[in-house]
Amino acid sequence: MARPVLQPVAVVVAGRLARTALVLLGAATLVFLVVRLVPGDPAVSILGDQASPEQLAALRERMGLDLPLGEQYGRFLSEIADGSLGTPLGSASPGVTVRSRILDVLPFTIELALTAVLVASLIALPLGILAALRRRSLADSLSLAATLVGLAMPTFWLGPLLIYLLCVHWPLLPDPASGVTGWTSLVLPACILGLALSARLTRMVRSSVLDVLREPYVAAAYARGLPHLRVIVRHVLRNALVPVVTVLGLQFAALLSGALVTEKVFARPGIGTLLIDAVARRDYALVQGTTLFIGVVYVLVNLCVDVAYLFVDPRIARGSRREGA
Amino acid sequence: MGSPSGQKALSRPSSVRFPRSVAARLSLAFIGLLVLCAAGADVIAPCPVEQRTADRLLDSPSAEHLLGTDAQGRDVLSLIVHASRVAVIVGVGTTLLSMLVGIPVGLLAGFSGGILDAVLMGTSEVVFAFPGILLALLLVFITQNPTVWTLVVALGATGWAGWARLTRGQVLQERGKDYILLARTAGAGTPRILAIHILPNITSVLLVQVSFSVGTAILAESSLSFIGLGPQDAPSWGAMLSEGAALFLCSPYMATFSGLAVFLSVLAFNIVGDRLRDHAARDAG
Repeated sequence: MARPVLQPVAVVVAGRLARTALVLLGAATLVFLVVRLVPGDPAVSILGDQASPEQLAALRERMGLDLPLGEQYGRFLSEIADGSLGTPLGSASPGVTVRSRILDVLPFTIELALTAVLVASLIALPLGILAALRRRSLADSLSLAATLVGLAMPTFWLGPLLIYLLCVHWPLLPDPASGVTGWTSLVLPACILGLALSARLTRMVRSSVLDVLREPYVAAAYARGLPHLRVIVRHVLRNALVPVVTVLGLQFAALLSGALVTEKVFARPGIGTLLIDAVARRDYALVQGTTLFIGVVYVLVNLCVDVAYLFVDPRIARGSRREGA
Repeated sequence: MGSPSGQKALSRPSSVRFPRSVAARLSLAFIGLLVLCAAGADVIAPCPVEQRTADRLLDSPSAEHLLGTDAQGRDVLSLIVHASRVAVIVGVGTTLLSMLVGIPVGLLAGFSGGILDAVLMGTSEVVFAFPGILLALLLVFITQNPTVWTLVVALGATGWAGWARLTRGQVLQERGKDYILLARTAGAGTPRILAIHILPNITSVLLVQVSFSVGTAILAESSLSFIGLGPQDAPSWGAMLSEGAALFLCSPYMATFSGLAVFLSVLAFNIVGDRLRDHAARDAG
């Protein structure tokens, strides 16, 4: 069994950085191998069965698929290194790269994800705290039932239903089909995405508050005669919400892919729509680049959360949070 | 049990008792119905899946078509019953494949430690770099004309990593315990210790995850089908929803009922998983 070894935080951070670099290289390699080695000829897939052998050969040459695998890999890595992530299919102007396409739509996805996180927090924090403080009460059971429903609810089902009810039947919000932009068009997708996230978050808040309530310092605070509200706010919530905030950070990154389906339902521009459109047009470079981009953002946010946690709670650096080591 | 682990195994039974709450019973009944539909779709569905009624396009529910018809005049109820096959095959198949790969990897990584552990867990970390259905999406995209088995393989190829991580964590907790030391002293080799001593003791923790895993796989399958990456050779709830959502204003029935099928299936598996977890926690505590 590993013995707890005291290490300076800087050493731990350096270790994490090295590990993250390896994971990123692994992720890029995985994407490369999946696209090259899984059966199926991209050229045939793009041009269709009727394409002439000359057309296929020309496309393979343009996509670099005729090169040896090692050379393709080198080219792939250099496109990541220079940040362009490749050239999307049928882009006539030289300035258009996968990166520029991603950056064009990224603000829309970030806007949606941030609003969804806000919605989720507004639901999950009060609900989770209430459920934990009134354990085994009606409120607790209801919040449990609500989270079960929320976790099972497909956003691509709730979306069309709510669009019909709130945009068509009772036109309270703009119909996504009408092409209206502005904050009103953000309300419904953010609520639907936020609702899905709030289910997981409510459980997290509840169990985190319950954990802290069992800590001796909470009993000590009560023993010192502090008022209930003060104990809850100053002692319980302040400590219970630290892990919740880190989970929120990770969820934000995961939302980049969670927004995928929601963006399609609401016909909103964003990373998800970009990826799905690229899938439909069989644009290999764009699918590959967007997938990798989401992966990289996710891994980097993970790293930031991990490192931030090290500074909040240096005990973790000594490995005491790791599997009972 | 005549093994040195007998005392340990007795002290913590690895059985998972069936939950008895009303919600859990209803969920189990629904899962039974789902499996029945999947197995006997040809007999249970009121109409053959390809039967089209040309003068009944986007019909409302009627005695003849209980859930209405789609834009091609097909019976929506029959489509939903047939599509349950895809959901069940992908849900169960993905879970089995993920377990078959993930559990041995987790056992090996957790017990051997060292370089093998680093390599195996590093690989799982690479898989974890792609949140949600992203990696499965890439895999299905590359294989043209995906079938239901393409989805099983794609979702299994991403799902094993979670099982490996869970198993490894459990092994790390077990391997330092006295009964393992005793087994080693008695001359048991690594494969024997893993299969006979450690695996039975972590089974209950793993079994609890099965139900959640099936629910997650069904949701993932319908998401992929919704964005057009579902099986091309069979009806699926996600594809029906996608088609129905586009025609929602003309006829809301197809989208509503196919979505309801996804929702209820995932809910049923999650409720059963939830109750199993509660029971397992009570048994362990």
